[in-house]
Amino acid sequence: MLFSVIGNYSLFLGLFLGLVLIYLSVKNFKNPKLLDAKILSFTFLQFFLVVISFLCLVLSFVLSDFSNETVFNNSHTTKPFFYKIAGTWGNHEGSLLLWLLVLTLFILIFLIRTKNQPIKYRILTLIFQQIIIIGFFIFLIKTSNPFNYIYPVPTEGLGLNPILQDPALAIHPPILYLGYVGSSIIFSSVLAATTLNIVTQKWASHIKKWALGSWIFLTLGILLGSIWAYYELGWGGFWFWDPVENVSLMPWLALTTLLHCILVLEKKLILTSWVIILSISTFALSMSGTFLVRSGILNSVHTFANDPERGLFILIFLFSLIFLSLFIFFFFHKTNKNNLSNFFWLSKETAIIVNNWFMMYFLSVVLIGTVYPIFLDVLSSQKISVGPPFYHKLIIPFLVPFLLIMAIGPKLKWIKSNLDDKIYLISLLIISIFLSILIVKNFSSNFLINTILISSSLYLFFITLRDFFIKGFKNLAQNIAHFGFSLLILSILFNSLFSSEIITNLRVGETFQNTKAKIVFESIRQKEEENYKSIIGNFIVQDSKGKIENLSPELRIYNQPNIATSEADIKTTLLSDKFIVINMLQNQDFFNVRYQVKPFMLWIWLSVILISFGGLVSFVKKKYEK
Amino acid sequence: MYGRKVKLRFLFVALILITLILTVFLVLKSLEENVIYFQSPSEIKALSELDKKKIRIGGMVKKNSILVEASEVKFIITDFKNEINVTYTGAIPNLFAEDKGVVAEGFLKDRNFFSATKILAKHDENYMPPEVKEALGER
Repeated sequence: MLFSVIGNYSLFLGLFLGLVLIYLSVKNFKNPKLLDAKILSFTFLQFFLVVISFLCLVLSFVLSDFSNETVFNNSHTTKPFFYKIAGTWGNHEGSLLLWLLVLTLFILIFLIRTKNQPIKYRILTLIFQQIIIIGFFIFLIKTSNPFNYIYPVPTEGLGLNPILQDPALAIHPPILYLGYVGSSIIFSSVLAATTLNIVTQKWASHIKKWALGSWIFLTLGILLGSIWAYYELGWGGFWFWDPVENVSLMPWLALTTLLHCILVLEKKLILTSWVIILSISTFALSMSGTFLVRSGILNSVHTFANDPERGLFILIFLFSLIFLSLFIFFFFHKTNKNNLSNFFWLSKETAIIVNNWFMMYFLSVVLIGTVYPIFLDVLSSQKISVGPPFYHKLIIPFLVPFLLIMAIGPKLKWIKSNLDDKIYLISLLIISIFLSILIVKNFSSNFLINTILISSSLYLFFITLRDFFIKGFKNLAQNIAHFGFSLLILSILFNSLFSSEIITNLRVGETFQNTKAKIVFESIRQKEEENYKSIIGNFIVQDSKGKIENLSPELRIYNQPNIATSEADIKTTLLSDKFIVINMLQNQDFFNVRYQVKPFMLWIWLSVILISFGGLVSFVKKKYEK
Repeated sequence: MYGRKVKLRFLFVALILITLILTVFLVLKSLEENVIYFQSPSEIKALSELDKKKIRIGGMVKKNSILVEASEVKFIITDFKNEINVTYTGAIPNLFAEDKGVVAEGFLKDRNFFSATKILAKHDENYMPPEVKEALGER
């Protein structure tokens, strides 16, 4: 009760401070000799108030204060302590409060870390950021206040969806939001820089850190969500082209492109308009990600509770922000005429620009696949869905030139270049093609496309691998990230080529056998936990080589809410995962058993970690080397 | 005739245009091929011609209709006006149960038989896919 009141008033005070801050900033902007000391302290105060509000919500969850509607809807007294805390952001209201928390935190860090930037620029960034912050305050208070009362006070809550009671999903939203919200700083900063016409090399090297930071978090956030889907949803895949996954991939694609453009901008004063547009779209995509997930417009397996009013608000807010930024872009942006287009075709710039096109192409494919069903529904009320074949067909063929340019591009020099050591480049290409023919030759289906795909990713793999030795610490960050990417594509390809699956219905004691494996359903046992009962099956699986593995997948039946979830049992080794999941069928003695052998799963996760590690190396490096 | 710069710029613009047109063409074409339509049992009964393409059917799983055999699962999807028999081989999601909403993806054999290749899972027991809600009317 008490905490709800404190939390609620902190929010109102924070909103008020946002307005005060805009007033102070405008006043200071007219007379910009020194940054008003009040601005910094008020920004800190605003952040502090949101922290208090957030802590109040956490405490309400921990104390199971069911007079709070959010707690009532999403918690339960028997829920483990860890998930009481994590449950704070496992719902719509709490996760938006987390958004707000990160928004205020980032603008504070921005103000502290930019002491040597022009004062006008800092103030203007603050103003734009405060506009976003105020928008989110109003959104939170008006449509999704986390501190609403219920009276009479219920004695027990409704509980958290069991599928969300999972460690990976407890930290997935905060990490993802750090990435999403990081792009808000890039957005505000690019608008400020455009208005003041200081989109320069100096600005680029300063904003690069922010782009890198949010890129790292976004990458890790997507990875965590993917790992969770792999072991919790029981489908044995890591990416389903589900709309909710797509909306996190789209800002990532835009941000990755932006990162590369900023590198070009930092070297040479070109592509400025492109950088501005990309910054705006990254943030717009991050926000529409929140909008699409939270409004329930998307028909997705991850759909949570929805409310049309929320969607409408974010939509209006988003459109006004985009309108504002386009206005600024067209009225204030002046292109530098002096420095244009004096680079040649065979240069690093060209390679980056061409790969930018590919990225934009991938982005538009994902975008169309995600929003087309919504449009069709609105226009003709026809219900459709777009499945994985659409994405595979449109994306996979273009991965080949993408990978090849990714391999050759970094070898080129800025402005104008001739390819050195052609012999190496060509011989590596031949080796890659030869190797991939060896790998693929036993598979009759799609021989050609698989060979081409594997050779191009092997090519990138070898070239980056070789660069570790001949270049050493030069370009290390980029090399790690590109190496990670080649490893990722290779692992995904091998994974999809060599996976095998058995789905069958078994009774306890029965045995399934085919040429690939023998599955014995030995026994089941039951276990009682605080908030769920579990049924654990014991399976003995013997593969074609006679290797025996004991696997015990679990079926959890939670008491509040009364939902069953499957906990897959996964035996991970360096080369492959053995994955088994069971499911009970209502009023039947059959269990639905799904057994999969998934090669290189571990490498998919590792390579994504490697990619973000590349970002980290670049982040901590003092100065970008030539 | 023209300077090198003009030629370059012309080439650049042409390249962009070609890529754009190609993109739009590719995307539209493959959308047309890969889109999956959603239908209710009543809509299928009313079909004049059976579609060979993959579709989705949504409704409620009829009470006492689930029948499990070693290799497949049979059940009936109903929208309380019409129903359709479904046979399915594959993994079954946690929230699949009688008297609950379901979406099945697969191919029509005729107006009464549907062979499903996938049953879609939903995260929330109270959640009803919007299509199913609509197909069921205001129940």
